[in-house]
Amino acid sequence: MDIHEYQAKKILSNFGVTIPRGGIVYSPENAENKAREIGGSKWVVKAQIHSGARGKAGGIIVCNTPLEVAQATDKLLGKKLVTNQTGPEGKIVNRIYIEEATDIEKELYLGLVFDRSSESIMVVASTEGGMSVEEISKERPETIIRSKIEVAVGMQNFQARELAFGLGVEPDLIRRASDTIIGCYKAFSELDATMVEVNPLVISKQKQILALDCKMSFDNNAMFRRSQVSELRDKTQEDSKEIFASDRGLNYVSLDGNIGNIINGAGLAMASMDMIKLAGGAPANFLDVGGGATPEKIVKAFKLVTMDEKVKVILVNIFAGINRCDWVAEGIVDALKKIEIKVPLVIRLAGTNVEKGNQILKESKINYIEANTLEDAANKAVAALNK
Amino acid sequence: MTVLVDKNSKIIIQGFTGKMGSFHADEMIKYGSNVVGGVTPGKGGSKHLDLPVFNTVKDAVNETGADASILFVPPAFAADSAMEAADAGIKICVAIVDGIPSHDMIRIKRYMRRYTKSSKMTLVGPNCAGIISPGKSMLGIMPGHIYKEGRVGIISRSGTLGYEAAQQLKNLNIGISTSVGIGGDPINGSSFRDIIEKFETDDETDAILMIGEIGGPQEVAAGEFAKENMKKPVIAYIAGLTAPKGRVMGHAGAIVSAYGESAIEKVEILKECGITISKNPSVMGDTVKSVLEKM
Repeated sequence: MDIHEYQAKKILSNFGVTIPRGGIVYSPENAENKAREIGGSKWVVKAQIHSGARGKAGGIIVCNTPLEVAQATDKLLGKKLVTNQTGPEGKIVNRIYIEEATDIEKELYLGLVFDRSSESIMVVASTEGGMSVEEISKERPETIIRSKIEVAVGMQNFQARELAFGLGVEPDLIRRASDTIIGCYKAFSELDATMVEVNPLVISKQKQILALDCKMSFDNNAMFRRSQVSELRDKTQEDSKEIFASDRGLNYVSLDGNIGNIINGAGLAMASMDMIKLAGGAPANFLDVGGGATPEKIVKAFKLVTMDEKVKVILVNIFAGINRCDWVAEGIVDALKKIEIKVPLVIRLAGTNVEKGNQILKESKINYIEANTLEDAANKAVAALNK
Repeated sequence: MTVLVDKNSKIIIQGFTGKMGSFHADEMIKYGSNVVGGVTPGKGGSKHLDLPVFNTVKDAVNETGADASILFVPPAFAADSAMEAADAGIKICVAIVDGIPSHDMIRIKRYMRRYTKSSKMTLVGPNCAGIISPGKSMLGIMPGHIYKEGRVGIISRSGTLGYEAAQQLKNLNIGISTSVGIGGDPINGSSFRDIIEKFETDDETDAILMIGEIGGPQEVAAGEFAKENMKKPVIAYIAGLTAPKGRVMGHAGAIVSAYGESAIEKVEILKECGITISKNPSVMGDTVKSVLEKM
């Protein structure tokens, strides 16, 4: 789960990290007042969407008067911002964060992620703040310093100090810098985050160390014990079909192609997508109804896939393990009584009671194309598309 | 010998009296697994499926001599149960449950560092289908009848894709020594490398089929291990050629975030390690067959 910049910064400030003064607004009228309330003579108006690279997309505007702040807010609110991370459909701006401008002396990069090889938390830092971490590792890899943190004991002061010195922070600010790094680590480890990225972390001309921008992602599996984090979810930033899916216990990812998929198991779903591609087609989605593929989930899956207007063929591929193909077939027949399918339907069943399952499908009046293997299913789906 | 479980494995079910635990315990018993009891805190002393229920794993181990366990406890309590099993002297524990927080998985693995290599429990999963040694024992939730007895080892992150492979092999009249589902989470108890090493020393396994997917460093680590240390042939399929970068594909661990984590990159690296690649998921069985024929 992702959250907005302003939410992430609020969290960081709770862990002792300094952030510029700012406030969230939902209207231009609010914005002008908020700018006055924050004070100062220069403000930054920042569109809140779940994406980085907002600056390049015009989502961040520097203003010199409260009136300009209001105008910038008016310009951004309700707009769809397209960045290199949002995809062509972009993301809608519903919230604006207004912040006092910072006199930047130095921009640093600080990121925390899980390191899957060492199964620890990895802190990555660089003196080249403001660039994306991909750009830094491509263009200035020599500036990157890393520190692996043993989660059982947590981050130690010396580790934070080493990072701070490694970033060339001047001696007077080392203490403040290491407190900042430890604050970020604590936010990561205490809130079940999977990623915390402060970019840039700045040293201001007034010698303050500030988190100027921050991105955080959290472990969905841990949200049951992080209600204060799960409350921050903003569904307007997510694909509506993906929300529909996750609310119904389905794993769904929207893709660009036109062959809709209903499959049980994530691995089998990815494999089926690969087969579609090899057959010359393109998947419209990734959809895992779960290993069990219960009839209820199959009904929901058909609803979801038929919501997608791109879909020109539907491919169902179920490997019945603990459940049985005859139950799955009954689930499909039942689903098709409730939902009208206007596109060709290819069904491949495999596993327990496959003959019985196929017989149920044949005897029902549903209109479908039977397939036997993964390859056969993909070929038939692509052929149906080309008819 | 077989990998991880055999006919003599004494199995207990953690989360025995729940719906999932009961159902799968019954399936395992029907398959012929030696299930000796189960654990549900607070229900110790009672009977379930004609088997004794214990309050703690230690009680179960003391009374039954259990050395294997399978977890059907909800994700929030799974880490605790796995550590309890490790502490009670269980040798192999399979965590079926999907949804354990990554921070908890790291905690379990750190906790287990207190044991020496010889006394350390092997944890398989979470979010996996478990282990089956066909004809001997099933410590998992797979449909046992699709696994034919034989001499090919399977390791798979995905459950259903592992079934697909077993079925393809069965259709070609090729049997399986042991199939291990290591699970789809970013941090898991046993890696491809951990299990591939066990297959290398198993005298009932001739070749290994490794079914990987996008995300994480594990397939590459196993490939490098195989190149340096293995004599038995390894065949691999990597799912997710069409998966977009940066998106989680169902399995929490299936996300491409660094070099070497996409399907294409993994395939290239594995080829360099001398591993035979099954070029698509419908020829996993045929690829294994052609490798076996050359042996």
